[in-house]
Amino acid sequence: MNWLLLLEQVLNGFQLGLLLFLLAAGLTLVFGIMDMVNLAHGSLYMMGAYFCATFTNWTGSFLIAAILTLPAVFLVGVVVEIVALRNLYARDHLDQVLATFGLILFFNELTRLIWGPIGLSIPLPEFLSTTVEIIPGVPYPTFRLAIILVGFLVAALLYFIVSRTRLGMLVRAGASNRDMIGALGINIRLLFTLVFGLGAALAGLAGLMAGPILSVEIGMGESILILTLVVIVIGGIGSIKGAFIAAIIIGLIDTVGRSFLPEILKLFIAEDSAATAAPAISSMMIYLLMALVLAIKPQGLFPPKGVGR
Amino acid sequence: MTLSIRFFINAALLIILALVPFLTDWAGDSFYTGLVSRILILAIAALSLNLLIGYGGMVSFGHAAYIGVGAYVVGIGAFHAFEDGIDWMLNGYFQLFTTLAVSAVIALIIGAISLRTRGVYFIMITMAFSQMLYFTAVGVETYGADDGLTIYSRSDMMGLIDLNDEKSLYYLIFVSLLAVLYLMHRLVGSQFGNVIRGTKSNEARMRAIGYSPYKYRLTAFVIAGIIAGYAGFLMANLSDFVSPDMMHWTRSGDLIIMIVLGGIANLFGPLYGAVVFLMLGELLSSIPLTIGGLSVGEYWQLIFGPLLIFIVLYARNGIDSFLPGKGRRT
Amino acid sequence: MNRKLISLVSAVALLGVPVMANAADNVKIGFVTTLSTGAGAIGKDMREAVDLAVEHLGGKMAGKPVEIIYEDDEFKPEIGKQKTDKLVKKDKVDFVAGFIWSHVLMASYKSAVDNGTFLISSNAGPSALAGKLCNEDFFSTSWQNDQTPMAMGEVLNQRGIKKLYIMAPNYAAGKNMVTGVERTFKGEIVGKDMTKFPDQLDFSAELAKVRAAKPDALFVFYPGKHGAQFMTQYAQADLASTVPLYTTFTIDSISLPRIGEQAEGSLMTMFWSPDLDNPTNKKFVADFKAKYGHYPSHYAAQSYDSIMLIDSAVEKVKGDLSNHDAVRAALKEADFKSIRGDFKFGNNHVPIQNFYLRQVVKDADGQYTTKIVSTVYENHQDPYAQECKMK
Repeated sequence: MNWLLLLEQVLNGFQLGLLLFLLAAGLTLVFGIMDMVNLAHGSLYMMGAYFCATFTNWTGSFLIAAILTLPAVFLVGVVVEIVALRNLYARDHLDQVLATFGLILFFNELTRLIWGPIGLSIPLPEFLSTTVEIIPGVPYPTFRLAIILVGFLVAALLYFIVSRTRLGMLVRAGASNRDMIGALGINIRLLFTLVFGLGAALAGLAGLMAGPILSVEIGMGESILILTLVVIVIGGIGSIKGAFIAAIIIGLIDTVGRSFLPEILKLFIAEDSAATAAPAISSMMIYLLMALVLAIKPQGLFPPKGVGR
Repeated sequence: MTLSIRFFINAALLIILALVPFLTDWAGDSFYTGLVSRILILAIAALSLNLLIGYGGMVSFGHAAYIGVGAYVVGIGAFHAFEDGIDWMLNGYFQLFTTLAVSAVIALIIGAISLRTRGVYFIMITMAFSQMLYFTAVGVETYGADDGLTIYSRSDMMGLIDLNDEKSLYYLIFVSLLAVLYLMHRLVGSQFGNVIRGTKSNEARMRAIGYSPYKYRLTAFVIAGIIAGYAGFLMANLSDFVSPDMMHWTRSGDLIIMIVLGGIANLFGPLYGAVVFLMLGELLSSIPLTIGGLSVGEYWQLIFGPLLIFIVLYARNGIDSFLPGKGRRT
Repeated sequence: MNRKLISLVSAVALLGVPVMANAADNVKIGFVTTLSTGAGAIGKDMREAVDLAVEHLGGKMAGKPVEIIYEDDEFKPEIGKQKTDKLVKKDKVDFVAGFIWSHVLMASYKSAVDNGTFLISSNAGPSALAGKLCNEDFFSTSWQNDQTPMAMGEVLNQRGIKKLYIMAPNYAAGKNMVTGVERTFKGEIVGKDMTKFPDQLDFSAELAKVRAAKPDALFVFYPGKHGAQFMTQYAQADLASTVPLYTTFTIDSISLPRIGEQAEGSLMTMFWSPDLDNPTNKKFVADFKAKYGHYPSHYAAQSYDSIMLIDSAVEKVKGDLSNHDAVRAALKEADFKSIRGDFKFGNNHVPIQNFYLRQVVKDADGQYTTKIVSTVYENHQDPYAQECKMK
């Protein structure tokens, strides 16, 4: 086994995991507090990428564009919440799934109308498009390293907000007992809008960071949305900690599994079948993991306290 | 009085459906027989899913997988008959029996594990299982992987009915639809149906009066799986083609949309939903209107998306809200 | 009352309006491609080329007005099949053309040929339709999937590549591409990654393996949107200096405006290039650029040829499409000036054609395009033709 390669793949796994965490954090908060399934979360991620591409084009600087993108996506989130989603909180999950699915279609087509079908790219500034040798002999893209760094920073910040601030207290209270925050005399509407906006901004952040590597295009939100849903379900809905751990696990399994599975399979079956079976099996792996976790712990790994209904 | 208006509307729909092949003959346009066949098959699948979602409150997000399973049984049978000359694999009764047996076993396994969970976790775990089946189909190169399988001969029903004849196939589908409608009607009204509906609204009470909801739910899950598998059997014979795409989670989403469009927990709802969902796409995408050089039809989802939100927000019973008379409420 | 009406409308809508009988003096062509979703960019390019072809023909074939009906397959096999059904049975078209994706083509093709309508693939080239399942009413104005990478295998041999790493998405066309390059490449394949399709967008894990394997070259096939993604990540991983890249169908004129800078100098094989020197191609490329402001892609070139092929057949039978066998014979003759110069079908109705090595360059106006470096194959026929029973 090539240990340097394994180390590099672990880094790649963390990078994917942290990206997923940024998406999962917002989704799991909205889910936990408002009991709202929001499939359109992926559309906010797409908006982040498109805004950033447009702003980079206007200002010529990726960093300025990134700073502009966050409030812009926050705003889009707030508008979506007020116009469409607010009326869905009291509904059952089925209604929410459908209405937000409608939102996905709407966002996708709107994007195609405004930005065209071809997609955009986000050019990176010089200092981010180089490589660093953090592992000797293995140049690693600086930008991916930056994603890991930002991911950890945001995770720490969220941990601080949730565990140390008043907003965090309300969020925690909301996740374990929804009726209680109402009883506390809090302006729930405002709280919900704020939390939703925050979730949107996090999704936007994920989008603007994914944009330069994964390219910016219509429908980019859907494939990652499914992964994100898997993450929050494995982690336990409403739990930031669960989302973080599950995101890292999924990131590592996906990346490391993808890269070593063909070699492992070759030990058991013919080389040719191994080459084609490996991607199918590695696609299945995260679903297998989810089914396994839910079969053993039907509420996910870290259900917020008080949910054990 | 109100019930009878509803009765007439439903009856009128069925009569029109019964006449479709003749109407299209008269119009000289056999395309619609095929389209309506497809709608009715999806309606059968949606009807079975309605047993779970509408009556039992189990939002299964992987129901299209059974359609795929049924279709693949036909596809694989035809493949071996065509490639290897194994003629008995073309036997329609063998294929049908295999379809029903395989979908029952798969539904039993998926249901037994998934029904341990509730709510969103249930939605996600059913989707996970259907995605596993989807990737299995993508991974099996012998059977075409993601390119799918072209079916060169439809199921051979030994002279009882010729599936190659468009009209015969249509009437087989139509009669199947009637049978499933009747079955659903009987099921929902039975003791079994009462327990299923009871567990949706108050599980603790059902348990208190001595029912084990799990067993009843699992039974419903398997019944729904078998019917959807049968729909897959029909679908393969209609389209002469199977591909993993039929099992993708978005296809399962389509089935749910049909149910909600038609009005949840309403016997005829899925039928109306399937008709409207598929016709709407066909109609919206062929709007012959161009604004500023952009064809409206090409952007039909821009209209369909908000329409979906509107229906969820303001027409909670779907098309049912627009029909006169009260549908069967539970 | 109003409510009743709505329910009636939904029922009546089923039946549609009886269509007028096909006006006998029209040439009707159905064109199935992807117009919606992210893949719509390819469909747009194809439609532009078809419109240009019709314009070049003056809107007429053998004196009859040409009617093109575009249908959107939404990148889904069953929708493609439904649209093909509609074209064949409702619109009663004389020819169905288009088809970007093999799975859509495979799902749709029985609908067309079983009803006696000619089917012309303007892109998809699955091995089945070139081999065992070839059909007398099916024609292709593109290629069979294996051919282009076979040419690439030869190029790699010529350039003295000994150790090759291969990456491609794990779906039918991807596997065909890998088989193709393996058919002709004589060196050692030190690594092969079939990546998930279509969901995998991040190739970091695979690129890390490429670096670790230290090959002489990397061969990839990432069509459509995946191409732009791959090129960006390849550039970011800083592999270009150590592992040169060879591609097929990964860089096209749709993605070049976005990724031109990263792709400059990159090598690929193809049956065509905008700078291919023949009068038809010069006119096609010049008029296409003048009309739409960008270079045509190979998708566009193939679509243009589809229409021109149909025109040649309609002209040959003097507009009389009632004799199916005569039209087929005329199609098979393919007596027209193609964008690739002369055009000739093999026994399986897939073109026998040249393959070139081409390179990404900047043109005089600063636009990125490709230019031909050398000819790899002359009059190359796909390897599946012998499995086809047609003569």
